Formats: sequence, C-alpha cells, structure tokens
Amino acid sequence: MANPLRGEVFRLYKNLLYLGREYPKGAAYFRERLKSAFMKNKDETDPEKIRALVAKGDFVIHELQALYYLRKYRAMKKRYYEE
Amino acid sequence: MSGRVLVGVKRVIDYAVKIRVKPDHSGVVTDGVKHSMNPFCEIAVEEAVKLKEKKLMKEVVVVSCGPQQSQETIRTALAMGADRGIHVEVSGKDYETLGPLQVSKILAALAKKEDAQLIILGKQAIDDDCNQTGQMTAALLDWPQGTFASEVSLEKDGIKVVREIDGGLETIKISTPAVLTADLRLNTPRYATLPNIMKAKKKKIANVKPADLGVDLTSRLEVLRVDEPPQRQAGMKVETVDDLVSKLKDAGKV
Repeated sequence: MANPLRGEVFRLYKNLLYLGREYPKGAAYFRERLKSAFMKNKDETDPEKIRALVAKGDFVIHELQALYYLRKYRAMKKRYYEE
Repeated sequence: MSGRVLVGVKRVIDYAVKIRVKPDHSGVVTDGVKHSMNPFCEIAVEEAVKLKEKKLMKEVVVVSCGPQQSQETIRTALAMGADRGIHVEVSGKDYETLGPLQVSKILAALAKKEDAQLIILGKQAIDDDCNQTGQMTAALLDWPQGTFASEVSLEKDGIKVVREIDGGLETIKISTPAVLTADLRLNTPRYATLPNIMKAKKKKIANVKPADLGVDLTSRLEVLRVDEPPQRQAGMKVETVDDLVSKLKDAGKV
C-alpha cells in the first residue's frame, strides 16, 4: 500500500466499522463483509485506484447514514403519526 | 440575538430494540439492552447546533439526567456540535422514579444558573411517551412555550414557531426566553461519526447533583404494573367475497 494513503485506508476502515455497529442485519454480518471487501483490494498499489476506492468507501458511509436516518424516521412516523 | 441554548437529552432504550417486560411486571428489561439518545432529543440537539452555526446563538449546553451511562448520550450530543455538557447524576431508586416533574425542576434550576435564553427539548421520550417535560419546564420558569415545533425562526421581536397540531399547522410568535419542543419534521439530525466523537472528547462535561440545584426528586407517581400490549389475533383467509361478507356479519362488523 502506498504509505501516505495507508492512514486514509485505516481511517476509512475504522469509520465504517463504527457505523456498522448499528447495521440492521447485525454488526457481525457487517464486519465480515467489510473485512472481505477491504481484503479483496489489499494488493492494490496504484495511488489513483486507491483514492478511488477510498472515495467509494466515503460514499458508502453517506449511504449508511442515509439508511439509518430513513429507518429511524419511518419508524417514528409509523409509531407516532396517524396515517 | 445571541445567547445560550440549553438542550435536554435522554438516554433511552434504542428504538429498534424489541422491548421485553420483566417477569414480575414491575417494568421493562434494561440490563444489557442497547441504549441510545431519544430520537426527538437528537432533533433538538440538531436544531440548537444549527442555531449556533447560523450565529443566532452563542453556546449550546447539553444536559442529561441519569446514571453514569448518561454521559455517553452527552458525548453523542457533543459530537453533533454542542459546546459543553452537564451531567446531573441520578441513580438507583431515584432514577427509577425520575420523571418529567423532577427533570423539569432540574432544567428550570439549570436554566437560571446557566442564564439560558432558550431551552430545546424533544417533544417526548420513546420509552415513557410522557410529552410533559417541555411544558412543565416552561411553566416552572414562567416562559412561553413552542411545542411540537416543525419550524423555528428567530426574529428581532421573538421566535416564530410553526407547530404540528391535529388540525394541521399552527404558526405562533413567542417572546424570549422560551422553551421549544422538537417534533419529527423540524430537521434531519446529523450523524455523530467516529472522528466527531474523538474530537468531542476534549469538550467538558460538568458533574452536578440534584441536591446542588435544590431539587427534590421525590416522585408522586407509583408504577403499579407493566404489561405487554395484547397479542395480535391471527388473521383468517377467505376464498370468496361472499365468505368475507358472511364472516364480517358473524363478527358483527357489518
């Protein structure tokens, strides 16, 4: 792994792992898939490709936050507001 | 307008957890169960932080009443952008009987002590569904209240609040200082990501005891029994519309 990007990748992994704790299908399920997704690309050395993958990871972070928000919003709406 | 916002947050059982009633029907199982910030409190924190970001308020102070674990909830609020926290330590029997009356007395005392211009709370907690703390706090302080707020705008001569009520929306203007309670559509709370949580570790959380604020925690309520809601009856499948009509007639619905 290119050295300066090593920190980026680790940071991304930690952030995703933290977010995964709330995953609807369970934190263990999430962690397995997260680890295999990262392991699949572990031999990547091209900094451009690594940056693109990290950007994809950031996108996944946003998707997860949106998922969690919508899930919570819909649950509250269903519980407290007459349809 | 510049001033201090006091936001109250409550640590409740996570909304997605399946609640189980204790075998002795004295309450709900809380040991080892996932807890998080009350969803309406998240919306309250977000609103306060937004006001600070718009430079309409100077400081956001977040308060939570409860045992040691309430500090986690305060940390989440700090990660969302609050400036400092106050943990009012209540544990054991006192915590079991802690309700809106006691919390509103605590908040009123803190509002005076911290010289707050605005108090924002969630409209209700998802565990007890009281929907009383905001209203009681306003009454104790003799401040106006904007409850079920789905839109808040600070203006020169007061606060304009659009409230979600049964008939639709009601727009009122109240003077400051005031108490607001947040409804679902007020805003979209930001997520407290790991980097924000790390940064928030530097922010201070003060520890206060209810006695220091001169608040008496005795409860005037006694929980007699807690039961699960009745089980849903199994549905029945019918073959034809005539079958359906005859079944409905039998049940006396038609």
